[in-house]
Amino acid sequence: MKKCTARRLDKVPPSGIRKFFDLISSMEGVISMGVGEPDFATPWHITEAAIRSLEQGFTMYTSNAGMLELRRELSAYLKRTYNLDYDPDTELLITSGVSEGLDLAVRAIIDPGNEVIMPDPAYVAYPACVLFADGVPVQVPTYCENEFRLPASDVEAAITPRTKAILIGYPSNPTGAVMEMERLAEIADVARRRKLLVISDEIYNLLVYDMEPTSFACLPGMKDYTIMLGGFSKAYAMTGWRIGYAAASHEIIAAMTKIHQYTALCAPTMGQIAAIEALRSGEPEAKRMIEEYDRRRHVIVKGLNNMGLDCFEPRGAFYAFPSIRSTGMSSEEFAESLLMEEKVAVVPGTAFGKCGEGHIRCCYATSMSNIGEALNRMARFVHKHRPV
Amino acid sequence: MSGRLETRPKGDGMRKILEILENDARATPKQIATMTGISVAEVKNIIKKAERKRVIVKYKTMINWEKVGHDEKVWAMIEVKMQPQKDVGFDAVAERIYRFPQVRTLYLVSGTYDLAVFVVGKTMQEVASFVSQKLAPLDGVHGTVTHFLLKRYKEDGEILDAGGEDRRLPLTI
Repeated sequence: MKKCTARRLDKVPPSGIRKFFDLISSMEGVISMGVGEPDFATPWHITEAAIRSLEQGFTMYTSNAGMLELRRELSAYLKRTYNLDYDPDTELLITSGVSEGLDLAVRAIIDPGNEVIMPDPAYVAYPACVLFADGVPVQVPTYCENEFRLPASDVEAAITPRTKAILIGYPSNPTGAVMEMERLAEIADVARRRKLLVISDEIYNLLVYDMEPTSFACLPGMKDYTIMLGGFSKAYAMTGWRIGYAAASHEIIAAMTKIHQYTALCAPTMGQIAAIEALRSGEPEAKRMIEEYDRRRHVIVKGLNNMGLDCFEPRGAFYAFPSIRSTGMSSEEFAESLLMEEKVAVVPGTAFGKCGEGHIRCCYATSMSNIGEALNRMARFVHKHRPV
Repeated sequence: MSGRLETRPKGDGMRKILEILENDARATPKQIATMTGISVAEVKNIIKKAERKRVIVKYKTMINWEKVGHDEKVWAMIEVKMQPQKDVGFDAVAERIYRFPQVRTLYLVSGTYDLAVFVVGKTMQEVASFVSQKLAPLDGVHGTVTHFLLKRYKEDGEILDAGGEDRRLPLTI
């Protein structure tokens, strides 16, 4: 039979975790540190706002850009949190999660053959979205020794006449690393000089520890060069609501809206109403959840280091990204054997790029007792397999 | 390359351990040690001390009996209105009431009545007999109102039918 799917898709490899997912689904008693979402339920007052809205009949489309009330709240939130001014009428777009925002951002700025520079390892959708837009992902290696920072000099060295943008996640999924503002400023400097746009995925932006949240767009002169992508999934435990946003210049938001209006049309209405409630009064609950992640972070990092899996202290998101090199196994071997022998699910670092080899991603968005039990099982596993 | 240890104020270790045990009485000292960063020996020591001082009163399992089959037990909540007594207030009568083995829980409450008594029996008749023959005739008891429990939805913070399971997929990126 003649091939019926687009050749473009052949360039995108299948997800590195598919076989693990199938394995786990058939097993009982697995402790999962493989999830990329909060284990908390959406705070009840946010859910209740959506329930009330449904009772009142808010079940229709909203405007393409999203409810004006939400965009106004968002504009006020970005002002009070980052001191950034975005016009709710022209510079904000409500999307179906950051995932859609990322796709729109890439498609709005990339012509076929354009290159997008991004770190390796990075969130799996980054290279995939660029490939879907017939662009070319250019992955710049980052290393554990350097806490997976993306050096501005390496970014500059990767620039070619075809380079259109730099795509970064701040804080990083999968490593939990947070680049210091001085380092980001160096990248901003490169972007400004070489006239590159920066797509800044800030979905984990509020999940930072021992520091204040900030945004790439806060860097001097960067607001006009930055497409800021944010959302409600992680900080407000609202993954299934599918509400995100993009903040950028009028020209870019107009281009993104053009695609959005013909594809998604608008983000889910009840999710938008829940997001309004989250912005208005979700902060205390978000803070409580972040404090709990922080407690778990200390436990998991200490536990991993104690068993000899070197782990730098992640300063954002809810992932630890320890090295498993001391076991002599590859990331995939480690993840698969750990699952089969001790029923603990983690994600092999290679799912996020070649530079993830030698690492696993452990999500600590799970109960303290699960973390405790998972660490005990992992310690037993590492002790058994470490070469003498 | 090593993780930073949380510095805890003195006494916080005990609180952490108690919180863990309150949520899961089966948590082992080893698990608790991993979760708190306190040594296994110290965890055991703190637990022993808490048991001795009756800070830990009892280890209990919450059962949803309705799921096992039909519940042979009948529960009732009885409002008791009473006359406080000189010097001892409500305490003397309360003590007489909580000594009855049928009484599972007893609270002194504010409002239109004084004591909330939770009683368990095999049948409604047995509970009714307890109220009419043992509780109501006590000196100082002015009146009782008996409410039989029809269904337990939530107890001690736990939703009995739905709570607990993690609805997330086991692996996502």
